[in-house]
Parts: sequence; structure tokens; C-alpha cells
Amino acid sequence: MSEAASHHDDHHDHHPSGLMRWLTTTNHKDIGTLYLLLALVMFFIGGAMALVIRAELFQPGLQFVQPQFFNSMTTVHALVMIFGAVMPAWTGFANWMIPMMIGAPDMALPRLNNWSFWILPFAFTLLLSTVFMPGGAPAGGWTMYPPLVLQTGAAFPFLIFAVHFMGASSIAGAINVIVTVFNMRAPGMTLMKLPLFVWTWIITAFLLIASIPVLAGAVTMLLTDKFFGTSFFSAAGGGDPVMFQHIFWFFGHPEVYILILPAFGIISAIVPTFARKPLFGYSSMVYASAAIAFLSFIVWAHHMFTVGMPLAGELFFMYTTVLIAVPTGVKVFNWVATMWHSSMTFETPMLFALGFIVLFTIGGFSGLMLGVTPVDFQYHDTYFVVAHFHYVLVTGAVFSLIAATYFWLPKWTGHMYDEKLGKLHFWLSVISVNVLFFPQHFLGLAGMPRRIPDYSVQFADWNMISSIGAFVFGFSQLLFVVVIWKCVKGGEKATAQVWEGAHGLEWTLPSPPPYHSFETPPEPSTIEGGMR
Amino acid sequence: MEPDSRQAANRRTARKLLLVTCVMFGFGYALVPLYNVFCEVTGLNGKTGRLNEAQAAALTVDEDRLITVEFVTNVNAGMPWEFRPMVSKVQVHPGAETVVEFEATNFAQWPVTGNAVPSVSPNTAARYFSKTECFCFTQQHLDAGETRQMPVRFVVDPKLPEDISTLTLGYTFFESLQPDETAEAADPPRS
Repeated sequence: MSEAASHHDDHHDHHPSGLMRWLTTTNHKDIGTLYLLLALVMFFIGGAMALVIRAELFQPGLQFVQPQFFNSMTTVHALVMIFGAVMPAWTGFANWMIPMMIGAPDMALPRLNNWSFWILPFAFTLLLSTVFMPGGAPAGGWTMYPPLVLQTGAAFPFLIFAVHFMGASSIAGAINVIVTVFNMRAPGMTLMKLPLFVWTWIITAFLLIASIPVLAGAVTMLLTDKFFGTSFFSAAGGGDPVMFQHIFWFFGHPEVYILILPAFGIISAIVPTFARKPLFGYSSMVYASAAIAFLSFIVWAHHMFTVGMPLAGELFFMYTTVLIAVPTGVKVFNWVATMWHSSMTFETPMLFALGFIVLFTIGGFSGLMLGVTPVDFQYHDTYFVVAHFHYVLVTGAVFSLIAATYFWLPKWTGHMYDEKLGKLHFWLSVISVNVLFFPQHFLGLAGMPRRIPDYSVQFADWNMISSIGAFVFGFSQLLFVVVIWKCVKGGEKATAQVWEGAHGLEWTLPSPPPYHSFETPPEPSTIEGGMR
Repeated sequence: MEPDSRQAANRRTARKLLLVTCVMFGFGYALVPLYNVFCEVTGLNGKTGRLNEAQAAALTVDEDRLITVEFVTNVNAGMPWEFRPMVSKVQVHPGAETVVEFEATNFAQWPVTGNAVPSVSPNTAARYFSKTECFCFTQQHLDAGETRQMPVRFVVDPKLPEDISTLTLGYTFFESLQPDETAEAADPPRS
């Protein structure tokens, strides 16, 4: 820290080239790009694992993989997608966009920024190397419940330290975002003028620094239980395995909002742009996000209704869970109200944003069903849960990430992307993702349990349809890479504003923007309130 | 703002946030004792009541009520013991102390130390059920082939809610992770 202070900000002119440029960069755009590339690679690694799962489930019986390996795939798929794809992607967007949106030259803590990215390749090398270890990768589910997870072989310490690294990285990223927004805003950029993406990220960052350390504690307890003779979760030594579930979900529920809150910010940027209307209800959006964040800390036990809680506990967690529908409903209402009587056009970012609103809402409704205690006893650990969280994470978080990429890609590269290919990507994705996940609702309601490589024959038809959807969806994503590649390489020149209805400081910079965003703060008069 | 003062402000904010991170890491650990206290206060998780012998003796016996107390025993997977109650259930008056015997046999070729973990169902009744003497208070050490009868003395609080007429006391024996000194000499073979 003291070293950073002695020679600040004077490395404009001499950045090394080649690999060293990327290893040593402290530039928010470079680091943002690194995060996004890592997320894209992880998205395809996690996606390949998902296809192993769906290939095995194409028919009943064991076809391709052993049950142990199948369980490893479900476990590592989840860890890679959550910690490797979605979370780094959000940090990547935060790095790229937040300084440009608030009129700052860079992130507040550039060296910390470099470290918080470069921890991640090590974390995922640790995690993914376990797939090739004797005894195999962790196979007890991404939730790491003891005592099952303690039976993991050589992979166990790798899993724990990988989680520690991922956690450290995201905490560092979160601290950087908060410091940047609190201290680096341009004069005139008051809190209630911040774009909603910045607002939702700030709230996400607070969720991160409040919840990830609890996860770090929980996995450290697992580590000491396994190797150092403690008995936090071992009944033989006076511990309690159910306590792990409480501690884990105290982290785990805020985590789901860490994955989705920035998406709300993205949609709140895209919808007004293509509706050519200011966002309806800016301040209610801010308060709704804060309310969701608060509620996320008091609903954790709805993930574990079946552990044997007293009635009062089940009622408390049911009511608070269902209460989350209110602020979330405010948001959906505001997006719809923004589109009401507007002049909408349907470019690819808007298509993905609309897909998000419809499909995320379906995922929200199935979440409400799961939040109702008596019915959860039927749905618990079935494919209905799998369908629910894939609607909120794939058609929710991932769709919004794709929407955001299309939205800002012309700004980053200076070129328009191929609109035809983009639209093809959308339609293939939106159809196949529903073929993939919608039948899983039926499977779950019919009683098919999750995390199993084989199933009874009455589940065969919908599983086959779901697997077909999975392969179409998976391979459609290659189109996304083609579009990005073509756009980086060239294409029609993008204007500074890019989209006719775009408002906000990032659109006042040329496309592509200069290496350092706002060397001098923007004129206060260029700062518009809220989303307009 | 001057760059230097801004850097100082950045560092101040970052330090505060780092402190929050550390506090939350500590909070994760603090959840462990909080969880136990919460369970004891509410009687959740089958944690039983805490009457001592003197308090138990001072209870008035409610001759009008009969409560059935059932016994369930388990041995954790892999532990080479047999463990059973001598009677599967008894009928008791609330407030009257009762003694029942349990029997454990170690059929391994080596000594084994075990911990019995009790649990009472329904959990709303757990706090009205107190053990004044129990083999679960200490570790049990059985030599190879040894059989031992172990008593439990318990009392049901007369304040037990009216709608509860049957209680189940469950015990699971776990092989001790920290064997007491007497077990030190014999290290069980592990496979």
C-alpha cells in the first residue's frame, strides 16, 4: 500500500507489451477484459460439464460415465458456473463500466484490482485439476454438505483452497467497487444520479463482503474437521452437520442475489435505451434493490425446510421468503411501465433483456412455489429445484450478461457487431433454453430427484427433450463467440452514443474509449439524473 | 480532490471494508456457539432440559398423567458395537424419576471408545425431558468383547404440554474422535 502511494498514477506512457502487459496491468479496461475472457472460458468449461450431464441423462440407464464422475460433473459444473462464470463476469462489467459511468479515470485501487483478477486463474487451476486426480473431483454437490463432502479424497483440500481463493478475489473486487463509487465520483454525480448498474453493484458489493467471509469460515471449519481434529460438524465430537447447512446458506442466499442484482442494473440500463423513455421509478428501483439485499440475510433456511425445523421457524422463513416477491415485483413492474407507450426497437441487447424479463419472472414464480413450506416438502431436491434455479441463473443472470455484452460491445471495440448473427443467437438461445429447462419442471413435479445419473423409465421422454434442448443451447453459444470475434476484428464504425436512446456518461466517451476514461472529470452539466 | 488526499481517502475506505470482512469471518465462527445457545434456549434440535438431581427430586409427581417414553438406539456406520435398550418403552408419571438400562457390546478385537449423542422427539417436548444421570455425559470405553449395562435416570417435567403423551429418546453411538486417556494404549487398526 505504501509503495503504491509513492509513485502513483505515472504509468500512462510505459505499459509493457505482450503477456507482461496483461500480467501487470492496473488498467480498469484491461482487467475488465481479462475478467470477461475468464468468465467466457469458464462458461464453456462449465457448459461442457453440463453437456456430459445431459448426455448421460438422455436415456435411462448408465451410458457414458460412472455415477461418481457424474456426481463430480454436477458439483464442479455448479462451482465453475457460479464462481468462475457469473461472478467474474459481473466483476468484469463493473471494472469496465463503473469508472466510465461515474466519471472516474480508473478504479480506486488498481493494484488490488490486478491481484483480485490474477488469483482466479490459480483458483480454477486448483479446482479443475481435481478432475484428473485419483479419487476424482469433489462429488458431494457444490453446497459441500458434511459428512458427505468429508469423504472427498485427495481433491478435498484443493476444493477448500479454491473456494478460499475465489472468495478472496471477489471480496477484493467488491472492496474496490465500493471505494471507487464512494470516493471517485465526478463532481455533481450524487448517489441518486448513479446509473442503476452502479447502484445494484454497490449493493452486491456489500452482500459480497458480508457473506463471502462466512463461506470462508464454513469451509475452513470443514478443513479443520477433516485434517485437524475439530468437530464442528461431526456428531461424534459433539458437533452438528445441520449447523453447516445454516452457516452455508447464511452465505448461500445472499450469494444468489450477488448473482442476480447486477442483472437488474443491466436490464434497467437496456430497457430505457431501446424504449427511448426514461426508466420508470428510478428511486423505487434503488430501494427495491436494497430491500432485496436486506431480506436475503433473513431467509436462508428456506433452502433446508426439510431438516426438521419447528413450525415457527418454517413460518418465519416462508413469510420472509415470499416477501421478497414484493420488491422484485416492483422491479418487473417498473420495466414493463418503462416499455408502456414507448417507441421500442428490438436490437439484440433488447431481445435478450425482454427474454430476461419474461423468463426470469417464470423462475421467480417457481421460486415462490418452492418458498411455500408445505409444498417444498414435495419439491425439495427434485428437478423442480433444478428448473427453478436454472431459469433465474441461465435465463436470468446469463441472459443479462449476454445482453450487456451486446449492449456495450460497440462501445468497447468501436465496431458494431453483426446484428443478424446476434438475433440468430438470441432466437436459438431463447427457444432451446426453454426446451432444455421447462420440461425439468414436469420431471420435478413427477418426483425425479436431482443429482442422479440414472432414473426410472417414466421420466425418459422429458429427459430426452431436455437433453436435446441442452445440446442446441450449448452449441448456439458458439455463435456468441463468433459475433464477439468478428466485432473485435472489425465492422461498421460505432458512434460515441452507439444507440439512439442511450444516455449516461459512458456514451459521451468516444468508441472505443481512451485507455484512461475521464482524466479530467466530466462537466457537471453532462451528468443526467438517474437513467436520464 | 487532490490525488494524494484522494488516495488517502481510498485507503481509509478500503481499510474499513477490510475490517468488515474480518468481522464477518469472525461472525461465521460466532454462529457456532450462537447455534448451540439458540438450540438450548428453544429446545430445538432435540437438546434436552437441564434439571439437576436436586431440582428433579423437588418436582411434584403428577399421578394423573401417564407418559409413554420410547427408546431408540443406533450405532453410527462402521462402529463395531451393538447397542440396545433393555426395555423398548416405559410408562412414567411426570415428575417421577425413572431409571432404565441400556446395554452396549464391543465385538471388535480391540478396545473402542464411544460417545452417545441423545435426541428427544418431538422437539417441542425436548426441554421438558431431563436426564439426571446418563452414560452420554461421559465417554464410554469398552474393551474387546466387553458388554456393559449403562443406566439413564430421567424425569419428565410436569409442565410438559397437555397434547404430548409420547416421547422418544434416541441415542446414537459414535466412535470417539478424541478417545480419553484410558483408550490411549490401544490404537484401533484402520482400514
